[in-house]
Order: sequence, then C-alpha cells, then structure tokens
Amino acid sequence: MKILVCISKTPDTTAKIAFTDNNTKFASDGVQWIINPYDEWYALVRAIELKESDPTTVIHLVTVGQADTDPIIRKALALGGDEAIRVNADSHDSFFIASQIAEIAKQGNYDLVFTGKETIDYNGSSIGGMVAELLDLPYVSLAIKFALDGTTATIEREIEGGEETNKVQLPLVVSCQKGMAEQRIPNMKGIMGARSKPLKVVEPTPVEAYTSIASFELPPAKAGVRLIPADNPEELVRILHEEARVI
Amino acid sequence: MSVLVFLDQADGQIRKSSLEAASYGAALAEKLGVPAEGVTVGTVANDLGSLGQYGLKKIHTINNPALDNLDAQVYTKVLAELATTTGATVLVFSNNLTGKAVAPRLSVRLKAGLVAGAVALPETSAVFTVKKNVFSGKAFAHVSITTPIKIISLNPNSFSIVSKEGVAEVVDFAATIDQSKVEVTSVNKVVGEVPLTEAEIVVSGGRGLKGPENWGLVTDLAKLLGAATACSRPVADINWRPHHEHVGQTGIAIAPNLYFAIGISGAIQHLAGVNRSKTIVVINKDPEAPFFKAADYGIVGDVFEVMPKIITAVKKLKGVA
Ligand SMILES: Cc1cc2nc3c(=O)[nH]c(=O)nc-3n(C[C@H](O)[C@H](O)[C@H](O)COP(=O)(O)OP(=O)(O)OC[C@H]3O[C@@H](n4cnc5c(N)ncnc54)[C@H](O)[C@@H]3O)c2cc1C
Ligand SMILES: Nc1ncnc2c1ncn2[C@@H]1O[C@H](COP(=O)(O)O)[C@@H](O)[C@H]1O
Repeated sequence: MKILVCISKTPDTTAKIAFTDNNTKFASDGVQWIINPYDEWYALVRAIELKESDPTTVIHLVTVGQADTDPIIRKALALGGDEAIRVNADSHDSFFIASQIAEIAKQGNYDLVFTGKETIDYNGSSIGGMVAELLDLPYVSLAIKFALDGTTATIEREIEGGEETNKVQLPLVVSCQKGMAEQRIPNMKGIMGARSKPLKVVEPTPVEAYTSIASFELPPAKAGVRLIPADNPEELVRILHEEARVI
Repeated sequence: MSVLVFLDQADGQIRKSSLEAASYGAALAEKLGVPAEGVTVGTVANDLGSLGQYGLKKIHTINNPALDNLDAQVYTKVLAELATTTGATVLVFSNNLTGKAVAPRLSVRLKAGLVAGAVALPETSAVFTVKKNVFSGKAFAHVSITTPIKIISLNPNSFSIVSKEGVAEVVDFAATIDQSKVEVTSVNKVVGEVPLTEAEIVVSGGRGLKGPENWGLVTDLAKLLGAATACSRPVADINWRPHHEHVGQTGIAIAPNLYFAIGISGAIQHLAGVNRSKTIVVINKDPEAPFFKAADYGIVGDVFEVMPKIITAVKKLKGVA
C-alpha cells in the first residue's frame, strides 16, 4: 500500500492578515507558518494510522512550494511520513498545483492520494478534485471516516444536507476533514528521525496557470458594538426586529 | 456563448444556494449580453419552467436516476458534454458541498479556470476578475481567470435571489452516463432542519453554556426564529453537539444575515468561520471577550439570566404562547 499525502503550508491560525506591495502580496513578515490543519490533523494522521495497522504501508508527502516550506514538511515527516517530495515552485493557481501533484502521483503509482478539505488561506477546496480528474480516478470529497479492507475503501463523507457511506476500489483520491483522525503532537523520536528521512526536491513540470491573483482587499472594519444593558434583554429583541430588521 | 448554472436539488426541490447561483448567473449573463441557462442532474424536480423567474431562459435536464447520487467523476463527464454542446462560456456553481466536489474536476476537464468562493459579480470590462473570500473570511482576493471558459463557485448567502416574471424552456439532454465506480451503501440526510450553510439566522452556543443539558437555550431560540444551530469547536469536540454544527476555521464557514453567539469567547479561529455574517449578536458575561470587537450588538451578562428573557420576548414578538 502506497499513500501520497498532500501537505500545504499556511499562516498560523492567529496570524494577522495584511498585504504589501499595493495590496498584491500577503505580508509574511513575522508570520508563523504551520501545516494546513486539515492536511496535518486529518489526512496525514489517518495515513499514519493506516500504516500502524499495516506496517508494509509507505507514506510519501508532497508539497508544492519553495525552500521556506522545508520546516513544514520536516514537521510532517516527524509526525510519521516516510519520505517527502517538494516541487520547487511558488503558485496560488489550483490547476498548476494540482498538475504538479498529479505528475508526482503518476510517477509513484500510489493506491491512495489524501488531501485536506481546503487550505485555510486560499480556501480553494479544489486541489483534490483536480488531481482526481488529472489521474482519471474516483474522488471522494470531504471524508469523515475511512476504513480499508484489502483494496476496498469504505468511506463516510459529508454531502450537502447529510452524510453517506461509499464503497470504492483503490486507487482513488480522498479529501479529508474532521472525523478522519485526531490531532497528534510529534514526539522526540519522530523529530530526530525526521532529520534523516529523504526530502527530495524536484523542479515543476511546465504548466500554464488558469488564474492569477490581481489584488487583495481587507473587509471594512466593524462600526463597533452597541451594548444593551443586561437587565433589559427585551430591548435587544426590539432592536433586532425594528431597527436591524433581522428577526 | 452562454452562462450555464448548475442547479443542485434536495428531494426534488432546487436548493436555495442554487437559486442564488441562478440569480447570479442571470445577472452575469445580462452583463455579458448572452443567455443564462440552467442544468439539473438526476431525477428531475417538478415545475422547472418556473425557474425562469430567476432569469434562466432554458433548463437542461439530465434526467436519470443513475445520477441521483453525487459521483464527481460521472457528473463531470455529463456536465462537460452539455457545456461543450451548448457552447457555455461561463459555468456557475454554488460553492456548497456538491459544488466543491464537482467544479474542480470540471475545471480540469474543460480547461476552464475556477474561482471557488466568489462573493460578487465579476469585473468583465478588462480582464475577467472575480472577488472571492480568502484567509477564511479575513480578506478578499480579486482573481483573474485567463482561460476562454470560466467556472465560478458562488459562496452561499453572498448574492441575493432576484425573481421577476418569466418561464424557462425545459429540454432533456441525452448525455452518455458512465457507470459509477463509487457504490453508495447508505445515505443519511438530515430532514426538516435548516442546513447551516443556507440558514438566514444561526443561533450558536459555546462552552459558556456549561453542558449539553442547557442547550435548550440555543435550540428554543433557534426554533422560534426558524434558525439553524451551530457551536464552537470545543463544544463539538467534547460531544455536547454533533460535529457538523462546528463552525470556524476548521469547521464550516457561514454567512447568515444574523449570527447569535451565546457563551462563545470569539477566538480568532471561531471568527474565521462567522465573520462574514451580516449582523452579529454576542451574549457573554466577560466584557473583555474578543467577540464583542466583531459584534454589532451585545449584552454583557450571564446567559442563564439573559437567554430566558430573550426567548420570552421573541415568543411575544412571534405571538407564541
Ligand atoms: C488551529 C486551530 C483551529 C481552531 N479552529 C476552531 C474552529 O474552527 N472553531 C472554533 O470555534 N474554535 C476553533 N479553535 C479553538 C478556538 O481557539 C477556541 O479555543 C474556541 O473557539 C473556544 O470555544 P468557546 O468560545 O466555546 O469556549 P471558551 O473559550 O471557553 O469561551 C467560553 C466563553 O463563554 C463565556 N461564559 C462562560 N460562562 C458564561 C455565562 N454563564 N454567561 C455568559 N457567558 C459565559 C466566557 O466568558 C467565555 O468567553 C481552533 C484552535 C486552533 C488552535
Ligand atoms: N501547494 C500545495 N502543495 C501540496 N498540497 C497542496 C498545496 N496546496 C493545496 N494542497 C492540498 O490540497 C488541499 C486543498 O487545497 P485547496 O484546494 O487549495 O483548498 C490542501 O488541504 C492540501 O492537502
């Protein structure tokens, strides 16, 4: 069993969001970078659990990013990946990124490709579906539970308005969210071991991007809260009805 | 050339988020001077002609029970065939869970740039540029699509439904339907509840409510207001509430007209999922709770004292005994 887990780097969830260069670039000065939570907590940890129940499983990590992504990918290796591939490119175009991942996936002949549900910075929730189409594989989006029996995967996933259970033959692409696994903290042994695990850097295959970010914009600041005295909550109901007209 | 809107259905009813997508598609088509059309996949809903009121001229139905379950691979093939046959140049989806499964695949198949999470009509005068949410609602990006065909997934609750007179022509489209490689062994749809992402009002509770036994304060108010219920992450993690209610950076992102936060501190990761709400009301006993900075209205007080009074006042307002 060979699993490819897609790992992306995002600003820490508490990072201040600001832009520079005439609002065309994210202000990354002083920003702490983390593994995108969906990739780390759900996709990667579930892959590690599958390896724990079948030690012949091999987990490869792939990231499309520049050298500043290396600390992130090392942390993912410390949690439990076997080796990592970094495609040396900087892009926010989903099609470009998906094409790079698909290329790695083709070369490695994986049984399973796991992605996170979405990146918490660019919020595309697109890469998994695109990779699946590029590989012509089934795509199960938004998985909350994943079990494997031989080459048959049983997956619970979220659909609009509810949940459903799918049975699918490998190979396939799955996007992972809450429910798949529980967050883990890397231990000392993992951190030491990660240093000697292979991290291969490859150059991107030439692909034309479909989109580009022209500029960023911050939402207007809130006017400030209007406080209603605690001994008169009825006044809140009146305001919401008569003034804000939301109830 | 045309704008083609994917119409997602639930038990024969077109979803509200798809009606928003239809209104958006019609407004965009008008801007581009082309017709707006729609497509339904799977067993057909009743009276699709009435969708003309949202500005759609024609509805293509790919009416086959084999398509009743969502398989992104199968859907992609039939939608690509339709888009190519009809010469659609812009495709519009709702950025709901169906859109998230299908639009990316279709983007690859049609070699069409995708913007997922759009919040406004595109700028079309120079380069085709779409405003979308980024950084989990903390900012917007203006994204240019450079391919001839374009796909836009519209965030639910970010474009108002516009309806006027009009009847759409309904035509069946005979697509080649592949055998699905995904077997659906069970489906569990929540019936009767307002789906969180489509709800106009959301009442949400946090750890300040102390335990699941007190959730009546949330659900009673929600019922009175016809609202959906939500919760903070720790509340779902300790199983006070089901995980699908968890909103925030790692949960669901919502943008209702009214978000009612009860006993929630307003951590930055929570705000990331709710800060697009049009009006935010916060009830918290701690005046320093960060949520007050993001709120429009607030009460600094104990939820166990304040909420029963609010519920009584809303009952009175709604004429409920
Ligand atoms: C990477 C990451 C991702 C995360 N993602 C999410 C996410 O998606 N969604 C999310 O919600 N959280 C998320 N969190 C967690 C987040 O940081 C907060 O810990 C969480 O939102 C706090 O939940 P809470 O407000 O219910 O609880 P608390 O922080 O415990 O706050 C409870 C509030 O209730 C008030 N209170 C207590 N008693 C009363 C009373 N009797 N009357 C009135 N008020 C009262 C308190 O003053 C307090 O403000 C994430 C954290 C991390 C690190
Ligand atoms: N640059 C990247 N390198 C590797 N994987 C990525 C990258 N960007 C996104 N992904 C994967 O694709 C998922 C969905 O990302 P997105 O479509 O951008 O929201 C993420 O959770 C990751 O698993």
